[in-house]
Amino acid sequence: MILMNVNGAERQVEVAPDTRLSGVLRDTLGLTGTKIGCDAGDCGACTVLLDGEQVCACLVLAGQAEGYAVTTVEGLQSRPLAAALQRAFLAHGAAQCGICTPGMLMAATDLVERNASPTKTEVEDALGGVLCRCTGYVKIVEAVLDHASFHDGAVVKAGMGWVGERLVKVDGQRKVDGTEKFGADLVPDGCLELRAVRSPHAHARFHFGDLDAFELAHPGVSVFIAGDVPGNNSFGVFPSHRDQPVLADGYIRYRGEAVAALVGPAALVDAIADGDLPLEWTLLHPLSGIDAALEPGAAQLHERAPGNVLVQGRQVTGDAAAALSACAHIAAQEFETGFVEHAYIEPEAGYAERKGDRIEVFVSTQTPYMDRGEVAWVLGIQPSQVRIIPSAIGGGFGGKIDMAVQQLVAVAAWTLGKPVRCVFTRGESIAATVKRHPARMRARLGCDAAGTLQAFEFHADFNTGPYASCGSIVANRVPIHAMGPYRVPAVNCTTRAVYTNDSIAGAFRGFGVPQAAMVHEALMDELADRAGIDRLEFRHRNALRPGDRTATSQQLGESVGMRECLDALRPYWQAALADCDAFNAKGGVYRRGVGIGCMWYGIGNTSQPNPSSMRVALARHGRFVLFSGAVDIGQGASTILMQVCAEALGVPVADIDLVSGDTDLTLDAGKSSASRQAFISGNAVRFAAMDLRRKLLRYAEAGDAACMRLEGDAIVFEEGASRYRLAIDDMVAEEGELVMVGTGHFDPPTTPLDENGAGVPYATYAFAAQIAIVEVHLALGTVSVKRIVAAHDVGRAINPTQVEGQIHGGIAQGIGLALMEEHLPGRTENLHDYLIPTFGDIPDIDIILIEKREPLGPYGAKGIGEPALIPTAPAILNAIHHATGVRLERIPATPDRVWSALQGRNT
Amino acid sequence: MADGTAMPLAGGTDILPGWANGASRRPLIDLSGVPDFAGRIDEDAHGWSFGALTTWSQLAAAPLPPYFDAAKQAALEVGGRQIQNRATLVGNLCNASPAADGVTALMCLDTVVQLRSLRGSRSVALADFVTGNRQTVRAADELVTGLAVPRRGQDARSIFRKLGARRYLVISIAMVAVLLEGSRRELKRAAIAVGSCSARPMRVTSLEREIAGRDAACLAAAAGAALPELAPISDVRATSAYRTHAARTLIAGAVSDCAALLP
Repeated sequence: MILMNVNGAERQVEVAPDTRLSGVLRDTLGLTGTKIGCDAGDCGACTVLLDGEQVCACLVLAGQAEGYAVTTVEGLQSRPLAAALQRAFLAHGAAQCGICTPGMLMAATDLVERNASPTKTEVEDALGGVLCRCTGYVKIVEAVLDHASFHDGAVVKAGMGWVGERLVKVDGQRKVDGTEKFGADLVPDGCLELRAVRSPHAHARFHFGDLDAFELAHPGVSVFIAGDVPGNNSFGVFPSHRDQPVLADGYIRYRGEAVAALVGPAALVDAIADGDLPLEWTLLHPLSGIDAALEPGAAQLHERAPGNVLVQGRQVTGDAAAALSACAHIAAQEFETGFVEHAYIEPEAGYAERKGDRIEVFVSTQTPYMDRGEVAWVLGIQPSQVRIIPSAIGGGFGGKIDMAVQQLVAVAAWTLGKPVRCVFTRGESIAATVKRHPARMRARLGCDAAGTLQAFEFHADFNTGPYASCGSIVANRVPIHAMGPYRVPAVNCTTRAVYTNDSIAGAFRGFGVPQAAMVHEALMDELADRAGIDRLEFRHRNALRPGDRTATSQQLGESVGMRECLDALRPYWQAALADCDAFNAKGGVYRRGVGIGCMWYGIGNTSQPNPSSMRVALARHGRFVLFSGAVDIGQGASTILMQVCAEALGVPVADIDLVSGDTDLTLDAGKSSASRQAFISGNAVRFAAMDLRRKLLRYAEAGDAACMRLEGDAIVFEEGASRYRLAIDDMVAEEGELVMVGTGHFDPPTTPLDENGAGVPYATYAFAAQIAIVEVHLALGTVSVKRIVAAHDVGRAINPTQVEGQIHGGIAQGIGLALMEEHLPGRTENLHDYLIPTFGDIPDIDIILIEKREPLGPYGAKGIGEPALIPTAPAILNAIHHATGVRLERIPATPDRVWSALQGRNT
Repeated sequence: MADGTAMPLAGGTDILPGWANGASRRPLIDLSGVPDFAGRIDEDAHGWSFGALTTWSQLAAAPLPPYFDAAKQAALEVGGRQIQNRATLVGNLCNASPAADGVTALMCLDTVVQLRSLRGSRSVALADFVTGNRQTVRAADELVTGLAVPRRGQDARSIFRKLGARRYLVISIAMVAVLLEGSRRELKRAAIAVGSCSARPMRVTSLEREIAGRDAACLAAAAGAALPELAPISDVRATSAYRTHAARTLIAGAVSDCAALLP
């Protein structure tokens, strides 16, 4: 029995003294506001106050907390400064996915209760032990600095919440008060725990010894192996590429592959070491890297992929080779990137529960409807028998598209008839799930004497790892984007995705385009220099314009803001060039440089149907309800869809409730990926709301321009002087409690691409340019990003606060990509060897929103999720080149790599 | 404990992360309830003494003379504030990581480690206490009861420089602590320690001897130092060649910056 004061109440807990405090809070006391991201003090998500001082609850044992006062996020509302912080976080948009928010609030409370008016540096020092992967920390710092404005309970004034307003996140309150339920936060009664036993080898065969004897020796624990999967032991992102087994069937293709699942009460499962399982291994030579996999005679990892090539992509217009040979200036570039880990602070988690002949899966996912189909396939049942209930998602970035726990808990729960949960450890999350594709690229770009681009040649090999995942998406998207947002008449782009025994590569914010952008932007700099034209002006001269034809022969519409982005950056660019010259003229060990990166990005899936369907209803109890299958992964989809819904209905957002994600209650809105939810689901919501509004106006015999508003249990229509009150109770319900329902559907108009890649791959494109100012220490090779100015053509900013938040977060991930992030299988499976940017790694950021409205989009909107990240790394690499003359051909630009390049020994 | 099965627990910030990496759980002896081990910083005739459970936060906040500045700067680099509030100086020494930020600064202070067991007490110089990667002279039946730092002259100053691939929460690629005594015109004594560049943090005595007694203006010599004490490895953070170069660069900068602080 251990005594501690938790949030002001004396609590006695019956736990072993060597239980982590984080476990006591969550499992014994049910205070799931305290999150677990690593169990190692690396992420700070579990930060609580111990006698008023911030500590990681994962690093304090219950016995050590005896007699102490513990404060968690659930206890903040009674502390005035902490409550002000919570309001400030909401108003500033400082919480995106919200998984780090409790830890941030606890660290900030520790700070402001000692120092009511901290400086920016003091905020960063105090919160520096908490990692965030969504926000780029900018709005968190702003919120803490501004918390005093929220002392008196002031909240943001409520407007209509329509398009263009800085509406507070509709799910924001739950994220700041700790009540949000992420994948690990709900546990049904009697739930069993599942732990996967994973291969420590990258390529091997194995067989089990006497599993019956093992089970007899471990009563209460069930062991699941490949043969226990009731339906099909395979899954994937596409039904045509289901090449990943739920449990390996005697053959291992990567380190971290699941070979068995142990299921039982947590204490029993935890007591078993992986090595206790009777397993015999035969090690095989692992194909590590693209070259090993392409070598003649290399092992064949999948029967259907001869030579280990999963897929090839191609985009050819004109005769690029001939055009290049006629160019006045040609630049060539080779470039290589590594695996990059999503490092969302929430490891994969969820549970499954069988209900008769149906199964319910509560899980952190970016794609409930894909999960529904894949779980059905794995269990050998109909999709209608599967219900996916998305939890709140503690960061996705593409990494929660592929199933992780879903297939495992579904198999166990279906078979055992009891609820089964699985929560990945950080090590498991990094080892077992997908990464950004490593790319090896080479390209040539040529222009005429006047500096007009003429031709582009590009080839990329992507290491797609052992399973297809989103490899074909990457291989097909990259050739379309590889020349950048420029007019290039002759193009020859080819790609291959190659199977290896490295980590699985899948979706990660940009689907390969961030890798390719580093190449085209390096080439643009080199060519500009050769043509003797300013680097920004060279881009401006060649930028795509409205009405241009792209390399796929698609004619662009009006919403092409590339030149406007560059125009907006020009004054910053010229000032930065002058500042760098002045700084460098002083000499010394530091050199400054400024670089620019441009990008374009097709919104939605490439030349494939990717529809979204939505329903908006008037409910019997006098509220509107948006039924949205578009999951909010922290990017703010729920909020902007509510804003679109409110404007299309013509009512305040406060009159609308949201039902999100649940596949039993919502229609298929497609994946939260490819920056598509604002554009595609935004349109579906708009159409659904317009449909409902039209039906209601018709029912009330009101004109199209009538105002419509809820008034208690009635709906009132006003048009000029006439007023009509409709009692909702008098209406006949269309279905159940839903009096009237509007439906909307949108599938962006695209066409298939022909054998040369001609066609309309996307209905619209986002454009952006960023400039980065860096300072390089010539002796140490360290690179510090001092400032970034980002200009983004988003079509229309439905919620400017959220758009800014996406850009801040994208820039932070771009800084990580450029300077510090590389996953090495088996070596960086934690958050202290795998580094992501911290509070102190983010420069001053200026954002310029360009709103070239897209006529097809909801109120002109396009997308921002992936575009936010893509220009950052190219801008930083170009700035390093400007500062030092060194053009890196390998990222990340770690200090040793930059130093080595400065020595002229490019490694 | 004497048979090595049980492990003394101080702040827990190294032991508990080990569990997440699959380290087997050994029985723990929680020292936090033992009054003699309490975190405290006291001054006496000989200098300063630190209780065994003194945390890095306590060190960072304590009113101490300027020659502790390197230790205070290092204290604020030991993980985030959450770690600094729990992690102890002594735990950091006993964990004996080659990359322990605080150890270099404590080495420059000629810190003495006090140990006790049923067999008796002894004191060991910190430079001799840590013997290798995760290795110390502490016997299985011994506990570290505290640290002692000898008093220095009014003219002693120190500085800590850390190099990592990001700002916060980062394992050092290399770090350097420098303590100088004397004046800008004549250095009486130099103490220089380097971490993350050998199996254990090392004092670079060859360079210390070379610059002692010299004019602070010719400290550029430090930039070309041979540093025979160091044997850096290549790992995920950096190559060994880079580490040697970085150590030299950090030392030169730290010596120069520290000299500028001298009276």
